[in-house]
Amino acid sequence: MSREHVLHKVRTALGRSAGQPVEEPPPVRLNVPEAGMEARISVFFERIEALAGKTHRARSLEDARAYAESVIAGRRALASNAAVLRESGITSLAGIESGVTDGAQLRGLAASVACGITGADYALADTGTLVMLASPQEARLISLLPPVHIAVVEHQRLLTGLDELLSILPHPAEQTSSMVLITGPSRTADIEQILVRGVHGPGEIHVVVV
Amino acid sequence: MADPKLQFAIFAATGRLMEKRRKAVNAEVCPDYQEMRTQANAVKRHTIEHLDHYLELFERNVEAHGGKVVFCKDAPEVADFVLGLAKERRASLIVKSKSMTTEEIDLNERLEHHQLEAVETDLGEYLIQLAHERPYHIVAPALHKTKEQVADLLTERLGVPRETVIEKQTMIARAVLREKFLAADIGISGANFLVADSGAVVLVENEGNARLTTSAPKIHIAIAGIVKMIPRAQDLGVFLKLLGRSATGQPLTVYTSFLSGPRRGEEIDGPDEFYVVLLDNGRTKVLADREKRESLYCIRCGACLNHCPVYRKIGGHSFPWVYSGPIGAILTPQFLGVNHEPGLPFASSLCGACAEVCPVKIDIPKILLDLRSEVKKAEIREGTNRLERLAFMAWAWVMRHPRLYEMAGMAAASLSPSGDGGGWVRSVPLGIKVPPVDAWLSQRDLPSAPAKSFRQLWRERR
Repeated sequence: MSREHVLHKVRTALGRSAGQPVEEPPPVRLNVPEAGMEARISVFFERIEALAGKTHRARSLEDARAYAESVIAGRRALASNAAVLRESGITSLAGIESGVTDGAQLRGLAASVACGITGADYALADTGTLVMLASPQEARLISLLPPVHIAVVEHQRLLTGLDELLSILPHPAEQTSSMVLITGPSRTADIEQILVRGVHGPGEIHVVVV
Repeated sequence: MADPKLQFAIFAATGRLMEKRRKAVNAEVCPDYQEMRTQANAVKRHTIEHLDHYLELFERNVEAHGGKVVFCKDAPEVADFVLGLAKERRASLIVKSKSMTTEEIDLNERLEHHQLEAVETDLGEYLIQLAHERPYHIVAPALHKTKEQVADLLTERLGVPRETVIEKQTMIARAVLREKFLAADIGISGANFLVADSGAVVLVENEGNARLTTSAPKIHIAIAGIVKMIPRAQDLGVFLKLLGRSATGQPLTVYTSFLSGPRRGEEIDGPDEFYVVLLDNGRTKVLADREKRESLYCIRCGACLNHCPVYRKIGGHSFPWVYSGPIGAILTPQFLGVNHEPGLPFASSLCGACAEVCPVKIDIPKILLDLRSEVKKAEIREGTNRLERLAFMAWAWVMRHPRLYEMAGMAAASLSPSGDGGGWVRSVPLGIKVPPVDAWLSQRDLPSAPAKSFRQLWRERR
């Protein structure tokens, strides 16, 4: 279509010629504070709870499984292919679908179950955020379609914040087509600025740190 | 302005947003807020000044990940592209997540004209679409609707029983839109940022509708202005924090999606096709103006609207185009021409609140002044302001003749009505019924004329 036309107009507006060299952009500004693991976990939980998310500190994988089981409470659930879910035994709980690799099948399940269970590639303490990279282990829709999202996070994946994520993952596009940051339950305040949770995504979010 | 309830609602809502922002940028919780603004301004300046380079870099990276970039010069080109693709893929239903850019080009109307159903999925946008209106606010499109109006709207358009509880209204919309998401052939999103070094589209939101729009359908089309570019993924460290805090006082919004290309290899879900439409639609015209180019740094946080005494009083629908408030007042004349709505740059007290809260430091008051001068120059060129020129010529002539000036002053003082005792004339009973003058006076109190003029006092003191 208008590729050349638009680029030409941009260059003319700026007084630049095609392929003219570019000076360096201003240096990147990222601040990564020092914070021990205990401090990270407590800030992380505080933030999630402030957003009405639920948190659980699991002392062991069995503990994580027991917590997940209590949240699922016999309802139908769909688990991702994250290793931590298999290792903790969550995928072998009764009524849990897992091991799905087909897109259409996954979508149908995710649209009908009560709970979606995932791992998390990273978590950001200072905002209470889960970082999900789409991969064969993690589908996009499990953390999105079911009304309840349970995420099991291994503690070594807990970073201080967004700046640390961007410093260890400067080029997310090299690893995945989709990186999503999730900070609390889905919410809206579009009618009279009254907060309502669970408008399109999960209204209930449980974060377990192992 | 004739609706005091609406006026109060706007005032209260923008006040709450101001308070949220204030708490989020406070030095205790965000000690480097000012440095982040400086950085964001420098990065945007650099990107805009080298935009051709970053557009090409972005394009290469999108293509490297299996996506496609489509440059469009105006609204019809965007519509043609979407219609062409829809026809080729036999698509009939499109879900959309909030995008001011597509509002700017009336995309929905253009698509519906060709029997394509395009459904807005952000709750506020959905309500606006049901009501056939324009967004009231960049961030909160249905800011002006009460729950009673929403109840009527849902009953009328969806045929559901009348429901006035906001939670339940939200769930009605959720159920309707969930069906649409799962049935849609194409998802159209905007972009909060385009990341050149990644070929990525970044979307921020709280509801999850942008995630659904970009994950459920087989085709994802992102439509963005060419100026949404930032150089590096790492720049998001500054921009995401500034955007969330400035817009709604959130350190990060609920969802931030960083999307680069269609579903890859072994990934389980996601779209099979990924397109980014890069739209000019007047942006290069603004770019050519070195003095006002910075208008294009805007990241659409809406903070200038919330802090603007004029916006807070008159609301979003009083503005002539999709972009309202101070940023609208500088974008509209630059995109549509200063003659489109020549009064717009003058509808400001130049209080400077907009510039103070702008996360990328756009000097809106200065640009308003430039635009005022352009409006006046255009009027002179076209000879449309003869009366005004005549009045100012007469004024200048009087000012150059001191005796005449004094006589005019005395005449005005003797004609002016007496005040209310406190030295103010609260209403002007003069019987002036000349149309612009009486309207002007009906909204203003005048100080009553002093007994003696300054010149008289000066002579007496000597």
